[in-house]
Amino acid sequence: MLDVNINSMGFRSSEGAALEVLRDLHFNCAQNSFTSIVGPSGCGKTTTLRCILGLETEFDGVIKTSDASGHLHKISAVFQEPRLLPWRTVEQNVRLALKSVDDTELNTLFAELALTEHRDFYPAELSLGLARRVGLARAFAVKPSVLILDEPFVSLDDETAGRLRKLLMQVWAARSCTALMVTHNLLEAIELSDRILFFSGSPSRVVSEYEITVDRKNRNRRTIEQIREDIYASGAASPVD
Amino acid sequence: MGRIAGGRLPAWLISVGGLLLVWAVFAWFAQSRSLPSPLQVASAIVTEVRSGEMFFHMGATLARVAAAFVVAMAIGSAIGILLGRSRKLNHFFDPWVIFFLNIPALVIIVLSYIWFGLNEAAAIGAVALNKIPNVIVTIREGAKSLEPQLAEMAKVFRFSRWQMLRHVVLPQLQPFFAAATRSGISLIWKIVLVVELLGRSNGVGFQIHLYFQLFDVATILAYTLVFVVVMLAVEYLLLQPLEKYSRRWRAKHA
Repeated sequence: MLDVNINSMGFRSSEGAALEVLRDLHFNCAQNSFTSIVGPSGCGKTTTLRCILGLETEFDGVIKTSDASGHLHKISAVFQEPRLLPWRTVEQNVRLALKSVDDTELNTLFAELALTEHRDFYPAELSLGLARRVGLARAFAVKPSVLILDEPFVSLDDETAGRLRKLLMQVWAARSCTALMVTHNLLEAIELSDRILFFSGSPSRVVSEYEITVDRKNRNRRTIEQIREDIYASGAASPVD
Repeated sequence: MGRIAGGRLPAWLISVGGLLLVWAVFAWFAQSRSLPSPLQVASAIVTEVRSGEMFFHMGATLARVAAAFVVAMAIGSAIGILLGRSRKLNHFFDPWVIFFLNIPALVIIVLSYIWFGLNEAAAIGAVALNKIPNVIVTIREGAKSLEPQLAEMAKVFRFSRWQMLRHVVLPQLQPFFAAATRSGISLIWKIVLVVELLGRSNGVGFQIHLYFQLFDVATILAYTLVFVVVMLAVEYLLLQPLEKYSRRWRAKHA
């Protein structure tokens, strides 16, 4: 389980002006669930993820990433920019994240993400879609119990993004981990998530949430749009968001 | 790269040939011991090579160049990375760096011999000390501009300190190492000759000093030419292939 309780988080500009980004942000993600965060731009969604990843430490609050027995969760991330080391090959990039490497597992993962032929390529030789797939491979390779995804499919064409979402679902379903994704795209959130959290503008908090009960297998274009209408009707979010 | 064999090499040959021709013409008109012809210099080279002197002194000088280079790069890089990463340290030590950057090489050499004696360690140390501030300034620039995104990635995936240095930091500094190496080797070998002239009993600098006293310009030029050729070989056969290898990942797009 992932339990986020941030009372307040802010930045100080170089001129000393304080800007509060998050206030009274409380939510948790059930074990092995897929949760999406949707909200207006600049509302602190990415900041929330950075707090969970331990990249921001100056906040008032507690983020629990351990399970009931107190066992610390292994967290990994898929960044918005793939953040691969340009001077290492695809395979080296993935292996570097691993403490111990199981070659069979790695082969399976590369095969699942259709990366087998690209193992010896350098990131500069990959398209953005491919680089994103390597980012996914690296994030799953470490066998995380919590997976953080920061707009993993942004600035891809619809077709590529759609294919990548299907791949993500396959790989995620085959392993068990708690996923938390930030996205601008409500339809994408509906396609992937068990639950959607809607964030308010700055300083942001969770204004509403929506549980998706339709089985993932039955989510197609039509049902996804129906769910969207239902979300608008329930008042959890409005079409302008 | 095919152009080197096809188009650029002949142009390069013509250029060098032209220089030799101008030299030969001047030497022929001068007919003086202080301006020997290319042929006289060539025969001086042969004499020195036959007697074994050339290899002995060239080897001594090259060993000093290599030692001073390694010491300067290691110490300079470590300090450069430190200063580039810590604003406070950089603030404090910046005047020190500027101070050492501006001490004339000759002063460092003389003081080094006075304080530490006429020995090999003092000689190599003096050369390295001349180069270290340059390395610091170059590497510091690189360390200031490290990509924070990659550092965060390394933190999330729990890279060890060693992994961080080897796979994240050093590759980003590679262009700065290349620049420091390039300017470093040319600076170091010039200073090594001065160090040898002032306080060593072997090496190219020592030989040039000796033949200066004998007024043997042909042999002075013989050592100079051979040394320049050796340094060119280091550049083309060692530095450039190394740099090309370290840039292999900047490949063409698929």
